[in-house]
Amino acid sequence: MAGCVNLWPHNKRVPTERSQNYGFDNSYGLDIICIRMNFVRQLCWQGLSKYRFLEGLFSGRQSVIRYAKPTSVDEALALLGEDAWRILAGGTDFYPAQGSKPFRDNVLDINGLAALGGIAETDDHFVIGARTTWTDIIRHPLPPAFDALKQAGREVGSVQIQNVASVAGNLCNASPAADGVPALLVLDADVELRSAITTRCLPLQDFILGNRRTALQPGELVTAIRVPKPAAGTSAFVKLGARRYLVISIAMVAARLVVDNGIVVEAAVAAGSCSVVAKRLAGVEAALRGLPAGQALADAVLAAPMAELSPIADVRGSAEYRLDAVREIVARAVLQACGLMNDPEVVAA
Amino acid sequence: MSQVSPEMREALPDLDGVQPRLGPERADIAFEVNGAAISVNVPPLRRLSSVLRDELLLTGTKVGCDAGDCGACTVLVDGDPVCACLMSAASAAGASVTTVEGLANGRLSALQASFLDHGAAQCGICTPALLVAATALLEKKPNPTEIEVQDALGGILCRCTGYRKIIAAVMDASKQAGNLDFRLPRSGHAIGSSPIRLDGMPKVTGGEKFGGDSFPADALAVLVVRSPHYHASFAFGDLDGWVKQHPGIAGVFTAADIPGKNCFGVIGPFADQPALAEGFARLRGEAVALVAGEREAILDLDLSDFPIRWSELPHVLQPCEAQASGARLIHDNRPANLLTAGFVERGDPEAALTGAAVTVSGSIDTSYVEHAYIEPEAGYAYLDGDTLVVVACTQAPYMDRDETAKVLGLAVDKVRIVPTATGGGFGSKLDVSLQPLIGLVTLKTGRPAALAYTRNESMMSTTKRHPAEMKATIGADADGHVTGMIFAGDFNTGAYASWGPTVANRVPVHASGPYATPNYRAEGRAIHTHGPISGAFRGFGVPQATIMQETLYDELAEKLDIDRLDFRLKNCLRNGSETVTGQRLDSGVGIAECLESLRPHWVRAKADAGAFNDTNRDKRRGVGVASCWYGCGNTSLPNPSTIRVGIAACGDVILHQGAVDIGQGSNTVITQICADALGLPLEKFRLKSADTAISPDAGKTSASRQTFVTGKAAEKAGRALREKILRFANVSEKASLRLDGPAITIREGEATRHIDLAALDVDADGFVFRAEESYDPPTLPLDAKGQGKPYAVYGYGAQIAELEVDLKLGTVKLIKITAAHDVGKAINPLLVEGQIEGGIAQGIGMALMEEYIPGRTENLHDYLIPTIGDVPPIETILIEVPDPEGPFGAKGLGEHVLIPTAPAILNAIRDATGVLVTKVPATPTRIRAAIRDKEARR
Repeated sequence: MAGCVNLWPHNKRVPTERSQNYGFDNSYGLDIICIRMNFVRQLCWQGLSKYRFLEGLFSGRQSVIRYAKPTSVDEALALLGEDAWRILAGGTDFYPAQGSKPFRDNVLDINGLAALGGIAETDDHFVIGARTTWTDIIRHPLPPAFDALKQAGREVGSVQIQNVASVAGNLCNASPAADGVPALLVLDADVELRSAITTRCLPLQDFILGNRRTALQPGELVTAIRVPKPAAGTSAFVKLGARRYLVISIAMVAARLVVDNGIVVEAAVAAGSCSVVAKRLAGVEAALRGLPAGQALADAVLAAPMAELSPIADVRGSAEYRLDAVREIVARAVLQACGLMNDPEVVAA
Repeated sequence: MSQVSPEMREALPDLDGVQPRLGPERADIAFEVNGAAISVNVPPLRRLSSVLRDELLLTGTKVGCDAGDCGACTVLVDGDPVCACLMSAASAAGASVTTVEGLANGRLSALQASFLDHGAAQCGICTPALLVAATALLEKKPNPTEIEVQDALGGILCRCTGYRKIIAAVMDASKQAGNLDFRLPRSGHAIGSSPIRLDGMPKVTGGEKFGGDSFPADALAVLVVRSPHYHASFAFGDLDGWVKQHPGIAGVFTAADIPGKNCFGVIGPFADQPALAEGFARLRGEAVALVAGEREAILDLDLSDFPIRWSELPHVLQPCEAQASGARLIHDNRPANLLTAGFVERGDPEAALTGAAVTVSGSIDTSYVEHAYIEPEAGYAYLDGDTLVVVACTQAPYMDRDETAKVLGLAVDKVRIVPTATGGGFGSKLDVSLQPLIGLVTLKTGRPAALAYTRNESMMSTTKRHPAEMKATIGADADGHVTGMIFAGDFNTGAYASWGPTVANRVPVHASGPYATPNYRAEGRAIHTHGPISGAFRGFGVPQATIMQETLYDELAEKLDIDRLDFRLKNCLRNGSETVTGQRLDSGVGIAECLESLRPHWVRAKADAGAFNDTNRDKRRGVGVASCWYGCGNTSLPNPSTIRVGIAACGDVILHQGAVDIGQGSNTVITQICADALGLPLEKFRLKSADTAISPDAGKTSASRQTFVTGKAAEKAGRALREKILRFANVSEKASLRLDGPAITIREGEATRHIDLAALDVDADGFVFRAEESYDPPTLPLDAKGQGKPYAVYGYGAQIAELEVDLKLGTVKLIKITAAHDVGKAINPLLVEGQIEGGIAQGIGMALMEEYIPGRTENLHDYLIPTIGDVPPIETILIEVPDPEGPFGAKGLGEHVLIPTAPAILNAIRDATGVLVTKVPATPTRIRAAIRDKEARR
C-alpha cells in the first residue's frame, strides 16, 4: 500500500511539481491499474469514517424524512396509506427532477418489490409489472402487436436509461413527450392501481390527465399495465426528433393494424407530443378501416381529420410544424405497421 | 455585510419558523465494485455516482449533468450499462458494479488499447463512460457493426472527437494486438509521426484527474447563490442569523467581502464583470453570494430560505431592443449599449457593387451556442503559507492567476494556478469562473474550498458563442471575379465584455473568406444585452460570418452559372494576394490546394446526389462546399509563449510544457516539435505542466495559437538547448545527439564524444543544460480603416457536405463530410484528424441543432449537441503548404476546422431543396417552413 500512496496521491492537498511521466513503458500504466484495484477497499474505510462524525450534526434536532424500501406489495400499500410519499422506481425521472436540491419528501422505494417485475400472461391479459424496464420489454418475446412498444422502448432516452427506467414510470411521469404512451394506447392498455383498500383498473387514456397529472390517488400505487388479449395485428412506432439518439420527441406515432384478406379490419393509431396527453386518432382509424392494405392508406391518412391534436410551440418545434409533420409520420407508421415501408424510425440523423 | 431595510425584511423568509426537515438517515449498503466487496454508510438516496466518487474515490466515473443527458457517469451494474447519477445507492445494494477502473486486468484491455491506438480519447472526460458501455457491447458482440456501436453508445456525449475514432476503436478492438504499439518515432523523426498521445494512458484507465477529481477531504463545499432574473436588484437579509440557523454552514460571502477589485475581464481595458454582483444582477445566473460549509451540510442545504430579496428590473435580450433609442444602459459608460465595433475598409465597395455584373444580398441570423464541454467547471483552493493555490480546469492559467489576484487583492506571485486535466474548453474556460469564488472562501476561512458547477449553473453563468445578425452584399464581374463586398454584423455580446471585442475585431478581418476582395467594407459590432455573456468559442465570430459569405457565394455562382467549386477557385487567395486588410501574403497560402484536392470528391458527390434524386421524390440529396481561413493568434496584439527545456543530471529531458492541453494534443505536439529541434527522441522527455509556479507562461490555449506560437517557442528552445550542448562538446551543428542514461553521446562523422551529466554542475532547477526561449508572432496594428498585418500566420481549409433532406419532415441526414485542411505541416497527423473530426461535429451542431435559449435550454436534453449517430463518415485530406513563419512550416488548425462545416451544410440543404435557411440552426421546423414558403410561392 505504501507504494501506491506515492504513485497515486488521492486527496493530496499540496501538489508538488507535476512531473508528468506519460508512461512510455507500457508496464507503468499497468502498475497503476493494479494498485487502484487494491486501493478501493482501503479508501472505502476512509470514506466510511470520514463522515461519521457529521451525523451528530443532524440527529435529534430536526425531523428527518422517511425512506422505506418494502419487500412486499402489501407492506408498500400499508405505508402508502399512512403518509404522503414520492415513489422511486427506475429513478430516471426522479433524480433529474430532484437536481441538486436536498430531499424533503418521504420516499417509498419500490425497487424491493420483486412481485412487480417482469411480464406475465393471464387468460385475458398481458400483464406488465410496474417495475418492468424498457429493456425487459425489448428482450421479452411478445406478439407483433407489441413491436411498436419495443421500438418505442429503444428510443426512450439511452440504453442506460432503458436498462432501469420502468414502463409504468413513463406513464406516471405523464410527460406529453413520453415515448411509451402512444404504443400502449394502440394496445388498448389499462393501468392497474392498488391501494391498501382496493384495486381498480383505468384505461390508459383515463389515467394520464394532463401534463404531469395522473388519476393516481393518495394511497395508490400503479402495480401493473395490462394489455388485453389477443393483441392482434402488427404495429410500428415512428419517432421524430432533432438528433439520432437521446432526444425528446418533436412528435411520435404508434400504429397497430389488423389486416384480414388484404383489408384493414382494425386500426389503432396514436400520436404523442402533439397534445397535452398523447391521443388516439379516431378520425384516422375510421378512415383506415375497410381500406385495402396498400399505399392508399397513406392517402387516407393525409386526408383524415386529426381533431384530437393541439400541439404547442416549444424549443423542439413550432405548432404548425408539428401538425404538418405528425400527419406525415402517421402515414409512415401506418405503412410500416403493415409492412409496406421499411424505414427505421425517422429522426433527423 | 449588506443590510436590509426594515420594510423589506417583512418580505424575507421567516427564520424563526418551523425547522426544515432533513434528508433520510444513513444506512449501511454493501455491494461489489470491480470485483471487490465494499460497504458504505450513506443516505440510501445518495446517487451511485456520488458514492463511487466521493466515498470510494473512484473518480474515473464522471459527472457531467446529473440527469442522464450526457452519460459520462455510465457504469455497469450486473453487466448492464446504467447512468450512475440516476441510480440510488440503495439500488446498488447486492449488485456488482464495474467502473472504468475495473476494465483493465493487470494490463490494458484490448478496448482501452484500441482507444489509444485510434486517438479516440481527446480531453478524456467522456472516455471512461464510452469504455464501460463499449465493454458491455463487446461482451455480447466482439465484432460489432457501426450501427451496433452507435446504438450502444448513443447515450454518451462527446464534445471533442466527433465520434468517428470512437466508432473505429470499438469496431477494431478485437484486432488489437497484445502489446500496444506506442509508435514512438526514431530520434529526429517526431515531426509528421503519430505516436500515441503522450498523456493518453490515464485517459483510458480512469486515472486522469479533472477539475472535480481530487477535492481534499477536509475542503469546505461551496454553493453559489445566483440570480434567477435577467436583470434585478437584490438585498440581503440577516445573513449571520441565517448561518447560525444552519448547522455545518461556515459562512456566507458576498461582494462586500471581496478584498480586491471586484471587476475582472479577459481584456484589461474592457474589464467589467464582478466576481459577485453588487446590488444588482445583469444576467440570469450571475453569482451574488457564496455559501460555504461542510460537505454533508451543503448537500442537505435547502436554499429556499436564503435571506435575499429580488426586485426584478426591465431587461433586454435582443440587440435591436438594446439599441433602441431610450434603451436603458447596461453599463453606464457604454452609450447605446455598444461594447465596441471593429471595422475594415479597402477600396471603394459601393462603386464596385454598382459596377458589378451581378450582385447578391442576404441576411443570416445565428443563435447562442453553448460550449457544452462534458466537464462542468470544477476546482478547489487552499492556502500554502501565504500563497493561494487554485487547482482547477482551465485554458489559461496565467490569466486566471492575474484575474484571481486582482479580485482578491493579492500580489500575482501570491496566487498559484495549478491546472488539472481539462474536460473540454473550446473557449469558455479562458475566462475565470469559480477561481475567484473558491479563492475568496479560502482566504476568508483559511480552509480549502471546493466547488464543481452543476450543469445548470455552468450553462447559465459561463460564456456562449455570440448570436449574430448579419447582412451582406457581394458583387462579381461577368468573368466571375468578386469585385466588392459589404458586410455588417451585430453580435449579441450579453451582459459583460468577455471576448466581445475580439469577436468584433476578428469578424471584419475574416468576413471576406479566403478570397481576393479588392473593394470591401465590414463592420462587426458587439452589443450588450441582459443575455448570457458571449465570449470565446472556437472561431471568435468567424464561423458565423462565414455562413453569411459562403451562402452568398453559392448564390453568386448560380447567378453567374459557374460551378460553385470553380467559382471559389477563381477567387481564392494565392501566394502574392493581398487580404482585405492590405496584408500581402507572399507564401504559404494553401486554400487553392485545398479546393483543388476536393475536386474529385465534388464531382463524385454531385453525381451521386443526381443519381439519387433521379429516383426519389420526397427525399432529395444535396452537396455543398465552403472554405475557411483563420489568422492564428491574437489580432494585432502581443501574444508571446515561453518554453523552458533542459537536461537533468539523470538524463531526462525536462520540458516545461505550458500550453494547456484541453484535449487537442499540445502535450504531444509541442513535445514532438521540441524533440526534433533538439535532436533527441520523444521517450526521453518528461513534461512539467502549466502550473504557474513551475512553468513559464505559454499563453492561453485559444485562437489556434499553440501549435504555431508555443510550437515556435518550443522549436527555438529545442534548438537553443541543442546549440548549448554542441558548443559544450565543441562540435558543429551537423553532430547527432544521443542520451544514454546519465550521459550524452555526440557523434560527428567518425568522432564521438561523451558528456557525463553527473559530472556537471546542476542548477537550482535541477538542470545541467537548459534553454528558455520566447516567441511572439510579428504582427502590425490595424489602422482606422482596419489596414495592417493582424496575423503572422493563416491556416486554410475547405469542406464538402453531402446530405439528404426529407422534404416532408424537414429533417437532414448527413451522408459524408470531406475536409481538406492546409495545416502547413501536420506535426501529428492523427491528432490533426482528431481536431478536424471534432470541429466538424461542432459545426454540425451549430448548423442543425444547437440553439441556447436562456431560461429554457439550461440542460443537455433541451440543448442538443450531436450524438454518435449524428456525425457521418469524415474523409480528411491533409494539405501541407508550409508557412515560413510556423514551426517546421506548421499552421494552427483548432478553429479552422469548425468554420466551413455549417455553411457547407446550409449550401447542401439549398442544393437539395432550393431553399436557403437564413436562421441557424436549420432545425426541421425551419427547413420545413422554408420549403413550404417556396411551395406557396409557386
